[in-house]
This record gives sequence, C-alpha cells and structure tokens, in this order.
Amino acid sequence: MSNLVEIRNLKFSYGDRPILTDLQMEFPRGKVIAVMGGSGSGKTTILRLIGGLLAAKSGQVVVDGEVVNTDDIPALYRLRRRMGMLFQLGALFTDLSVYDNVAFPLREHTDLPESLIRDLVLMKLQAVGLRNAAQLKPAEVSGGMARRVALARAIALDPQLIMYDEPFAGLDPISMGVTANLIRNLNDALGSTSILVSHDVDESFLIADYVYFLSQGKIVAHGTPQDMRASTDPYVKQFVNAEMDGPVPFHYPGKSLADDLGVRVAN
Amino acid sequence: MIGRLLGGLLGAIGGGLRVWLYNVGYATRMFFSMLRASFGLWRRPRLITDQIHFIGNYSLVIIAVSGLFVGFVLGLQGYYTLNKYGSEQALGLLVALSLSRELGPVVTALLFAGRAGTSLTAEIGLMKAGEQLAAMEMMAVNPLQRVIGPRFWAGVISMPILAAIFSAVGIMGGYVVGVKMIGVDEGAFWSQMQGGVDVFQDVLNGVLKSVVFGLAVTFIALYQGYETDPTPEGVARATTRTVVISSLTVLWLDFLLTALMFN
Repeated sequence: MSNLVEIRNLKFSYGDRPILTDLQMEFPRGKVIAVMGGSGSGKTTILRLIGGLLAAKSGQVVVDGEVVNTDDIPALYRLRRRMGMLFQLGALFTDLSVYDNVAFPLREHTDLPESLIRDLVLMKLQAVGLRNAAQLKPAEVSGGMARRVALARAIALDPQLIMYDEPFAGLDPISMGVTANLIRNLNDALGSTSILVSHDVDESFLIADYVYFLSQGKIVAHGTPQDMRASTDPYVKQFVNAEMDGPVPFHYPGKSLADDLGVRVAN
Repeated sequence: MIGRLLGGLLGAIGGGLRVWLYNVGYATRMFFSMLRASFGLWRRPRLITDQIHFIGNYSLVIIAVSGLFVGFVLGLQGYYTLNKYGSEQALGLLVALSLSRELGPVVTALLFAGRAGTSLTAEIGLMKAGEQLAAMEMMAVNPLQRVIGPRFWAGVISMPILAAIFSAVGIMGGYVVGVKMIGVDEGAFWSQMQGGVDVFQDVLNGVLKSVVFGLAVTFIALYQGYETDPTPEGVARATTRTVVISSLTVLWLDFLLTALMFN
C-alpha cells in the first residue's frame, strides 16, 4: 500500500532553536497514525509542516505524490483542498454560527445550491452529534463541543487527509471516547488517512493503526500500539506508563534546588 | 570609551534601520499580494458591502458629531478673526474651504484610525491569536482575499463618504453658529461659499486626499493586525501602533498632498 504522506530528511528550527532533526516518517493511505510525545517535542510542528503553514529548513514533505512547497501558493492551496485539519482549540470563526462554520468550506469551494449545502451541513453535524446546536454561536458552546464542530468543518469536503491536533485535550471521559470512535469511524467511512497528534495513550492506542513516538525532534520509537505496549525502550515505557523517572526529565534542565537555595547537601 | 559608545550607537541605528527596512519590504509585499488577491472579490461584492456597513456605518455617529462641533468652533473662531477686518460676510467661504480642503479629510482620517482602525487591528489580531486565519488557510481559503481585501476596500470606499459627511455637517455647524446665533447675513454666508469654492481645486482635491488617507489608514490597521504577536499583549501593542502610525502618516501625507495639490 502506498503512502499518502512522506516526510524525508526533514529539518526545522525556530531561529537557532532546532525543533525537528532528520525526520523520516511515512503515513500509509487509509490508516490512522498517531504521533505521540511530550510537550514541546515538535508534534504540532509536524502537522503544520504537512499543511504548509510552516516551511522546512531542509528535506521534503510529500503529500499524495506532490512536494509541499510554501513558495508555490496556488499549488499549495490546491493541495490543501484535499486536507482537513482540526486545530487544538477548534479555531472556529467566532462571528459565524455553528451551521455557517461548517458551511464555510462548502460555500467557498463549491457552487452547490444552498438547499444541498444545508443537507450536507446537517449530515456532518449529525455525525458529531451537534445537529441541534446548528444555530448556536461558538461562544455559546463548550470547548469540547467547539472541537466537534471544528471536526465537522474539517471533514466538510470529505478530505483525503485529516489531521487532528490534540483532539482529546480537555474532554470529559464520555466525549473522549465518543471523539476517539468518531475519528476511527470517519477515517474508515471516508476512506481517508488520519494523523493524530496526542498525549493521550489509551485513546490513541485504541484507534491508531501505527504509532510514532517523538522526543526532542527525533523519532525514538515506532510500531503498532501492541508493539509499543510491549516495548522495552525506556522512553516508550516512561511515556506509556506515565513514569516520573526515565530518559525524559520532569524538571527543566539547569541548577539544582540545593544550589538555588544556597544549601549544602551532605553526601 | 567614546569609540565603543559610537560603535554601539551606530549598531543600534543600523539594527533599527534593518528592522524598519524589513517591515517596509514585508508590508509592500503584503500590499501587492492583497491587491492581486482582491481581483476575485469583484465577483462577491457582498463581502465588501458587509464591511462598508461594519466599518462605515459604525463610524458615522462619531464622525457626524465631531463634524458638528468642528463646524461650531470654525464658526466662532472664523467670525472672531474676520470681524477684525470687517469681512464676516466671508464666514461661509472660510468654513467651507477649511473643511473641504483640510479638516474634513484629516480629522475624519484621524477619527477613523481611532474608531475603525483599532477595531480592524484587534479583530484581525484576535483572529490570528485564535488560529482562525491558519484554519482558513488550511481550508485553502486565502485570508488576504477573504478577510483582508474586503476590509481594505471597504475602508477606502468609506473614508471619502465619511469625510464628505463630516464636511457637510461641519458647514451646518458653522451656519448655526455664524448665521443663527451671531447674526451673519444668511445670503452672504451661502453666496460667498458658492462663489468661492471651486469643485475641482477644493472639493475634488479634498476627496482625493480622503481616498489616500483611507488607503493608508486601513492598510496600516490591517497590517498591524495581520502581523501582530498572537498574544493579548501583542494585540494591545498592535492597536496602539495602529493609532500612532496612522495619525503620523495622515499628517505627513496631508502636508505632501497639500504641497502637490495647491502648489
């Protein structure tokens, strides 16, 4: 099976601060692939590089056989029409209703009559369980609901590639389970490929076909969720079992507490 | 010691100049990208008319009220000065020329920067902070065409209309004070105005000024919002910069245009 997205020898930095170094990743068609790692490990940056919101310093991102080129704006926009992205906080247009948010990409990119757009919007909202909230404004819905609306908007044009940035963050257990199932079901129903960036081990392992673990801008482990649960890799073990001790330090590197307090610690 | 101080000073000036040049270059590139993206807008005029309603209509009250008070003051000050020379009959001409040539376009642009400009900067800045612009880009919708372009053209169209309203209300203010309250002859007030104001030299040049001010103020406001740091402090700083830069630009452009138009 061919890959829908490939990342080859990719390097990215913010100024002098390297974020991603020599990254190699493959995202096969039709699969749900989770990208996991601690805060600041570069997960969201990967999604932004795939979407062309950021430009790589070197290396390539290839989507459906086309190199993502941030200098060729028309080609980039054509490519983005095959993508959908769920932002961490939803990024709904606050001046539009829930209905108009979901209708937005349909109105911008199609010449469909309003009656057909209405049917499509209501079907997408039905899929995320918010058909009856269609007339509410984003300020009138909860954070979890806003993210479900954003999900309906992201899939409005039935994209080939759907990217999810922390879809489970801040959700209650019921919404989390529903969202996880929704991601899996949408992926299978639309025949699309999903890239899921998340901290949440249980929900991600439940729906992902393949998992990449990222630490300090590098892939430290990858495999199926079962492989990862059985892994003896210290980083994976620490992350999967939420252990404080391990290769990822809990404390930001620097002076010790004793040094800061000016006390001597007896050996 | 002095050498080091001079070196530091030159370094600071050079650094500042480099940042300024970068910003000017970036703004110029954005301006032309926006113009290019705007071609598609004429197929969807609703996007522009909605913004004219938002930008123009909401600025209307402050513009009209300010115009009235400026007209009152012009009536009083004008009468006081003209009366010294026995020329109070020319009060209508003085009020009309002052408003159509200078005060109409300039004060409207300054008020517009404070009312609509800050609102535009904050709106675009918050859209950026809330990742709405990034979301739009990911939906393959160009924010320069969908968000920036309509607001820009709405500002350019609204400004001369608002300036005309400011001048018209100001003339009425001057009339109320000069004719109704002080007792200047009504016929002289209007006839001197009619005879002395040239449509091309005075009125159209004033309109041209307000179009240029509209272009400058609206673009500065939109640029500041589009390039703001996506944080509450960043948006606050950007709105302040909008007022400061717009006001200085309007006054500088006014001098330049006045020198060109009226020799």
